[in-house]
Amino acid sequence: MLDAPATPLVQVQDLKMHFPIYSGLFRRHTGDVKAVDGVSFDILAGQTLGLVGESGCGKSTVGRAMLRLYEPTAGRVVIDGDDVATLSPEALRKKRPTMQMVFQDPQASLNPRMTLAEIVSEPLEEHTNWTRDQKLERVYELMDQVGLNRRFVNRFPHEFSGGQRQRIGIARALALKPRFIVCDEPIAALDVSIQAQVVNLLEDLQEKLGLTYLFISHDLSMVRHLAQRVAVMYLGRIAELSPSKDLYARPLHPYAEALLSAVNEPDPELAARRNRIILKGDVPSPANPPKGCNFCTRCPRVMDICRTVKPDLLEVEPGRLVACHLYTAAGSTGASEANERNQQGETR
Amino acid sequence: MAEPAATVLDVRDLKTVFRTRGGEVHAVNDVSFHLKRGELLGVVGESGSGKSVTMMSLLRLLPSPPADIRGGKVLLDGRDLLAMSDDELRSVRGAKVGFVFQDPMTSLNPVFTLGDQIMEPLIKHMRLSRSQAQARAIELLELVGIPGAAQRLHQYPHQFSGGMRQRVMIAIALACDPDVLIADEPTTALDVTIQAQILELVKELRRKLGMAIIWITHDLGVIAGIADRVMVMYGGQVVEHAPVRELFANPQHPYTRALLQTIPRITGPRTTRLKVIEGQPPILTGPLTACPFRARCEHRFDTCDAVNPPRRAIDGAPIGLGHDVACHWVAPARQEAAHA
Repeated sequence: MLDAPATPLVQVQDLKMHFPIYSGLFRRHTGDVKAVDGVSFDILAGQTLGLVGESGCGKSTVGRAMLRLYEPTAGRVVIDGDDVATLSPEALRKKRPTMQMVFQDPQASLNPRMTLAEIVSEPLEEHTNWTRDQKLERVYELMDQVGLNRRFVNRFPHEFSGGQRQRIGIARALALKPRFIVCDEPIAALDVSIQAQVVNLLEDLQEKLGLTYLFISHDLSMVRHLAQRVAVMYLGRIAELSPSKDLYARPLHPYAEALLSAVNEPDPELAARRNRIILKGDVPSPANPPKGCNFCTRCPRVMDICRTVKPDLLEVEPGRLVACHLYTAAGSTGASEANERNQQGETR
Repeated sequence: MAEPAATVLDVRDLKTVFRTRGGEVHAVNDVSFHLKRGELLGVVGESGSGKSVTMMSLLRLLPSPPADIRGGKVLLDGRDLLAMSDDELRSVRGAKVGFVFQDPMTSLNPVFTLGDQIMEPLIKHMRLSRSQAQARAIELLELVGIPGAAQRLHQYPHQFSGGMRQRVMIAIALACDPDVLIADEPTTALDVTIQAQILELVKELRRKLGMAIIWITHDLGVIAGIADRVMVMYGGQVVEHAPVRELFANPQHPYTRALLQTIPRITGPRTTRLKVIEGQPPILTGPLTACPFRARCEHRFDTCDAVNPPRRAIDGAPIGLGHDVACHWVAPARQEAAHA
């Protein structure tokens, strides 16, 4: 991956995805669920961007809106040169082979009435005019790539285990030789011992085929393992976007800090010593987000400005983007304090 | 807890079989463990390892048929739950033993208010009047950290978030001051920050109320933070048991070792390649006549195919009190090999 040119394959600018709420007798448009509210990032070719956050923060919606599985409300999504958000239906169809998705639930994302061969060759059916034999040959090739025995080619999804089903989902995503794949919680439904198998497969495929991933997950330790850069989302917005090694060593945004401190490390000694940051309360509703910073209702270090002004995502250290008033000009003293505190925090 | 704690729950050779059209599935195979007052026992295993079925069997919560408890004893304060009449058992469920189920979304009845659901065990088991039960319900909701408890009592489950519902489930399980609380993956469906809240809550409640807890999970990280002792299950049996620090510092069973190595960490050096346990968990048709882990084990040898290994102590303590493991490779073969 080192020889990959450092150009972004994917650029997302100010992506918004609002779902309208209709209510009352006349089903009037009374509000919006702002599932994604102004998200920007880019992903370098051949790299993995981790997108983490808790359920309802909008991370899956980002992935779906990027591939136009939803019609984005606003923003640009440039994938390999084209703005996917505004492509005409015909141009979008031609673009589909470049960008694919692996879904969370392999049980629900595979048609139970189709065999493995039918599932994996369906994209070929749609986008190529190959003969039956050519398609079958490609299916076999894909089965080899994802580690499925060729004998299983005529089996149905229910005859496979969870891990194998996820391999089928991956084979289907690979069928048209995409350059960019959105992996939406691909291991969340799998047992621990099976997760590692699928993650290693995704890594091998990335290396071999030069794939670019958006890896959406709530599993912070797995994201650390997989991603070069990580975006932490909270209530429809990015709180922090940092290189993985920096984020895990020293999170800057208070939410990123709390999220990392909540992860349970399989080490009793560490667990006994560690000071967790326990956040109070629940995530506010995205239909009615707080006026200022989205995190101000739970932030342990909230200031007055946080309740009135939404912080922008700004570069506060080389390569590190944070949306927090602690780090902007007005709160610059706060920033240096925070750094100090974090560095002490590291040693705990 | 200064005095030596008494054993509240003693499970011996529990055996549960499901009769299905495809034959018998041996889900729980001679599982034994005990629990002392104020202690937290962690039960780890992946789906199908028998951990939930074991706990459901204790209170005979499984529908029969297809479930059939073939043998064993479940002694709660010396009385065998498996030998009790249904009426007697009903006085134990919810009163002496509380149960928190995995999914807070489906375990609450959507058409009753929370108040009704928390008060139900209080009225049935504790014979409290409605107003007494209501006062106690408010107390319980406050105990589990739900603000505005008095108003919340009149609300329905859909008005609560996942974390809040799990707190309510814990409140219901705690309602009658049970001696034993069984929590079946209580935080699995929750986000990490909410999970951290619940784990803190459980630690605090344990300090305050001193109850014994069985905590079922597949997350070794959670176990490391809260358990006193850990029992690792695989193929419907206990494959390793040890005090928590000993287990993480000195894991013996190849499954436990591999499991600990498959999880990436958020501290320390970044893993370059995840260790993989190849293969799939076993299908438990028929009684176990060989080690259930053998097909995935890197240390497999002849004996593993011939004999299902019994639990053997590796520190000289009686089984279930210290560190024991069910593996031919570990004990005593490896010790002998080491000496040879």
